[in-house]
Amino acid sequence: MDTALNLNHIGFLLDGALWTLVLSLMAFLGGGLAGFAVAMGRIAPQRIIRILTTGYVQLVQGTPLLVIMFVIYFGLPTLGFSISPLLAAGLSMTIYVSAYLGEIWRGAIQSVPRAQWEAAECLALSRGQRMFKVILPQAIRIATPPTVGFSVQIIKNTSLASVVGFVELTRAGQLINNSIFEPFMIYLIIAGLYFCLCFPVSLLSRRLERTGVARAQRIELVSA
Amino acid sequence: MSIVVLDNVKKSFGAVTVLHGVSFSVEKGQVMALIGASGSGKSTALRCIDRLEQIDSGRIEVCGHQVASADLDLRKLRLDVGIVFQSYNLFPHLTVEQNITLGPVSVKRMPKSEARKITADVLAKVGLADKASAYPEQLSGGQQQRAAIARSLAMQPKVMLFDEVTSALDPKLTGEVLRVIEQLADSGMTMIMVTHEMNFARRIADRIVFMHDGRVHEQGGAEILSAPATPELRDFVSNEL
Repeated sequence: MDTALNLNHIGFLLDGALWTLVLSLMAFLGGGLAGFAVAMGRIAPQRIIRILTTGYVQLVQGTPLLVIMFVIYFGLPTLGFSISPLLAAGLSMTIYVSAYLGEIWRGAIQSVPRAQWEAAECLALSRGQRMFKVILPQAIRIATPPTVGFSVQIIKNTSLASVVGFVELTRAGQLINNSIFEPFMIYLIIAGLYFCLCFPVSLLSRRLERTGVARAQRIELVSA
Repeated sequence: MSIVVLDNVKKSFGAVTVLHGVSFSVEKGQVMALIGASGSGKSTALRCIDRLEQIDSGRIEVCGHQVASADLDLRKLRLDVGIVFQSYNLFPHLTVEQNITLGPVSVKRMPKSEARKITADVLAKVGLADKASAYPEQLSGGQQQRAAIARSLAMQPKVMLFDEVTSALDPKLTGEVLRVIEQLADSGMTMIMVTHEMNFARRIADRIVFMHDGRVHEQGGAEILSAPATPELRDFVSNEL
């Protein structure tokens, strides 16, 4: 039996890394869309919508992602929905990400000064116009660094999808380890690969934060 | 014909009563200066006129709109009323021109070319013809405030409200903003301005309303500043000088 790590193993790991990326993108896109809805719901004029979205956020933020995945992957089939590991992982991540991004974005929207809302209101802009033409463009600048920062969490948390049988980077490593029993080396390689995925993103986040702070200071100077 | 009427307007924030039954009216083409110490309720009164604050009781009529009524068309009210704030409140992500065209294009559905023409027009009026493509952060405070005035003017309001628009500016920048407001007054615009610039108020205001403790304490022409009837106004004016 060939028990040494070989190129096939590396190829398999890289393939897993690719799926980690795919799942991260799914989580970011799905979670971003749903997160936008959450952010809008949290600041909706209607009390009932605010209460419902707040409940959703509390529920999701108070539940481990791992448990959300179990509920989706093992729970849904008992209700008659059969679901593939990729879809289950993607859906769970979407739910998880939406609660966090939604809160990050709500905070960004609410940190646009109240006076900007008023100025837009006094120009007779409708609520939608105020939101999309005045508030969101400013909120996006505020939200970009923490959003990119959170993307690192998304990438790392996709490793939990290994427990529902989805072969991403971590699961690929487990499979190889099952055959060659070199846990230290294999998991070090996996750690290195995760780092390679995450490091550029956190670099970007830090850079955005620096330029963001500089910009915020300029704006503050101007409106002081 | 009165364009703005406040009739026994009362307003509280929680337990604090800010307006104890305020009444005054402004005729078309008049310039009214609303003066008084900080906390006397003048800014709140002004904000109530544009329904930035809801009043508790009383009546406000602006250009025929019943401002306090539940079926007020807010959009129509805001089309008739322009307001300029102490902190300018330009939109920092838009150029001066974009700040100004936003209202006419989005709200009035005006073609972009026409909105640009109006922009050039109002910018010339406030002396910023060369700043159309600048961002607010590239302008001085006085320039920003003039751009904010231009943004309001581009909506062609029937009444302009000014809420301590020079309070954040040094004397030189204050002067350039006040000159713009004065020209506007000369052009016949109906205006209500909350101000601490007594000399300016004396010079351009047709009517002066002095507020004290949430009430209109004294009102009249500019002469009330020189010969106050009440000790409160006398006290206020002497402190200002």
